[in-house]
Order: sequence, then C-alpha cells, then structure tokens
Amino acid sequence: MRRWFVRLLILAVIVIALGLWITRPRSDGAEALAGLTGDVTRGEAVFTAAGCASCHMAEGASDEARLVLTGGQRFASPFGTFTAPNISQDPDQGIGTWSAPDLWNALHHGTSPQGRHYYPAFPYASYIRMEPQQVADLHAYLATLPADPTPSQPHDVPFPFNIRTALGGWKLLFLRDGWVMQGDLNEAEQRGRVLVEALGHCAECHSPRNALGGLKTGADWLSGAPNPAGRGSFPDLTPPEMSWSEAELVEYFTSGFTPEFDMAGGHMSHVVQNLAQLPESDRAAIAAYLKRLPLGQ
Amino acid sequence: MPTIRPLALGLGLAVAVVSAPPLHAQDAMPNPAVKARQSLMTLFAFNLGTLGAMAQGNMEYDATAAGAAANNLMALSHLDLAALWPEGTDADSIDGTRALPDLWANFPDVTTKIAALQTATTAMADAAGTDLAGLQGAMGPLGAACGACHQAYRASE
Repeated sequence: MRRWFVRLLILAVIVIALGLWITRPRSDGAEALAGLTGDVTRGEAVFTAAGCASCHMAEGASDEARLVLTGGQRFASPFGTFTAPNISQDPDQGIGTWSAPDLWNALHHGTSPQGRHYYPAFPYASYIRMEPQQVADLHAYLATLPADPTPSQPHDVPFPFNIRTALGGWKLLFLRDGWVMQGDLNEAEQRGRVLVEALGHCAECHSPRNALGGLKTGADWLSGAPNPAGRGSFPDLTPPEMSWSEAELVEYFTSGFTPEFDMAGGHMSHVVQNLAQLPESDRAAIAAYLKRLPLGQ
Repeated sequence: MPTIRPLALGLGLAVAVVSAPPLHAQDAMPNPAVKARQSLMTLFAFNLGTLGAMAQGNMEYDATAAGAAANNLMALSHLDLAALWPEGTDADSIDGTRALPDLWANFPDVTTKIAALQTATTAMADAAGTDLAGLQGAMGPLGAACGACHQAYRASE
C-alpha cells in the first residue's frame, strides 16, 4: 500500500515538473537575430504600423509627446485591468538596456529578459508573426526615442489570473506563429496580411475570443467582438456587415472618414492616425486583405 | 413591533408601480437633447459628404455647391448648442448615446476642441469656393477637428 502511495507521489511530481517544463517561458539566444543590422527608417515604419505609441504613450498624449513611451494607460478586461508599462529608453524604468534579442523574445515569445511570462494584453499573439529583421529594425528605431523616468504601474489583476505561471498554458493553447489567412494571395494581399495579422494586430480587438481569451479563427476571424472594457463593441470586418469598397476603406484609413462621413472614434482614431503615416500602398494592402474575408470558405 | 396595514401596503405598492418608469423608455421616446445633437451630427455629415465626394474625385468640383456646404459647416459649428448636452445624458446614464461621461468632466477641453472646429470650418469656408486644391487642403484639418472630439468623448460602437 505504501509503495503505491510513493509511486503515485513520484508520478505526480513528474507530471507537475513536466507541465512546468512544457509551459516554461520560452526564449531564444542571440542567434535568433544573428547577422541582422537594424535600420532606423524601416524601424519607424514598423513602430507606426504596430501602433506601439497608441498604447505606451501617456494617456491623452498628442504630437511629439506620443513618442515618449512612458506607459500608464489602463486597459480593462474580464481578467482584470492591465496598465501599459514604460517602454521608453530609460535604463531603469524603461527598456533602455534591452538588446535586440530581448525585444525579439518579448514580441515573439511574450517573455521578459528576466524570463517571466507577459500577459497577452501585450499583443504578442499577433507580434509573434513579425520577421527577425522587423524586430531588429524596431529595436534600432526605439533606441532613438527619449527616456522617461516614470515607473511602470502594476497591473490590477485578481486571483487566479495573477498567477503568471499559468500563462505558459495559455501560450501552449493559443500562441501560434503561422498565418491565419492561407491560400493563394497576391503581393498586396500578402503585405496586407503582414499589416493586419502581425503588426497592426487588428484581430486583438476585432476577433471574438473564447472563454480563456484565445482568439477565434476560421469564419470568426475579424468578425467583430464585444469591447472587453465593457462598453460597446468592435465592428465586424467580414461581409455582409463590412460593405465598404477598397477605396472607401483606404479613405477611412487615411482621413478617418467613413463613407457616410462619420468619423473614426475611440481607440480606432489612434489606429487611423498611425495608418495615415504609412505609404498609401500599405493602406491599400490592408483593404485588399480585408476583401478576402471571411476565412474558411 | 408595528404592523403594516394591508391597505397602506397596497397603496404604497400601487404608487410604486405607477410611478416606476416603463422599461426601455428611451427606446420608445428618445431624449430630445440626444435626438437633436445626433441630428446636428447628421447635418455635419451631409455637408461634409458633398465636400468629401469632391475631394475624393467622386463628384465633379462645383464651386457654388462646395461654398454652400462649407458655409453650412461654418454656421453649424458656430451655433450655441450647449443645451444639447445636458447633465445625465451620457452613455452610462441612458441608452441611445455613445457620449462618454468624460465629456461632462472636461468642459474646458471640449470648448477648446469646439474652437478648433470653428477654425477648421472657417478655413474650409474660405477655401472651398475657390478651387479644388484649396478644398482638398482644408479637408485634413477639418477631419482632424472632428476626430479630436470623437477620439476623446465618443465610445466605440
């Protein structure tokens, strides 16, 4: 009898250890970006398309102040309220000491330089699709931005979601680096896929999530979702609800005007502000991608 | 322990039932202030539509029509319509509006943003009737003025 108990105990320890090992925070060494040199100009385009400033600037910042990535904006969700951290170049409060591989591990694996899991409010489930070169470029551009000594504020996340170890399980279930839209895509649609699925992280708001907060794909992809902050919802981007022409979409991404001459509001106005800075061909590429929806047909 | 008389109890209940507002009263009869401000936005959008269609090349440039639309926008932006945003008509208090409570907490900023809108509509009124390039140039700042308020004070759909 006692022997069985000991065996069971050993088995339990092995299972737990195996579980912790499987769900450990992943990271790559410097070889992930070996031989790559970051380009500041290209990095600025990555920064703009990825909308870094929209979440990491101070609440209500405008113009040049948008580039001071002091953090502090709060994002409510069913799992708690997340506060964007300081990602300015401050060596102590920001990410001034980060190497390019550190940035890669954050964006690709959702892992901090200290080897901790980040919460997926930081949209690494989308950024995982970024190319190593894009990360190297972004790292070069971030290094040109100002430092700010404001300390990052803690997230307000209750039990059980405050157990970061469990995020390894979330990643195991939902973190995928392949493209969601498959099949034959022309050049514009492929560029649109980079902008929508990786950098622009559109699905983080516009796709519904399952009970554990994983993004639904297939026909649900970009089909609209309730606002996790509790007020209103994010529009469905699939037909027939999304009926705008490609030209109308490009106009919206440029000026913020809808075909009815309503104006983008809320967080989407930040997105439009970013998209308006990209080349027109990029805005057209996003429109081309959206016109291939819905998936799974 | 005092007893509550059945008659008094019944009367109290009856009063409570009669005085309670019907469910979804706002759906049946929109708040007149909300209705009025949404109509104001429709008027903005309609006149913007004329200018936008010309700016985007979807309608042939017509100096008279453009000038009329731009003058309308300028007039609309100069109306004193503070009464359309009474206290208690934010999205947390009533249905049928996306106006955020922050609007009522930041009146000085709202006033600044309205002044920026007036500057933009005045620039458009000066430019729209002159030529297409002028109209197109005034469109960006005008859109930005609209967007500034929607970004801060209107909820997602």
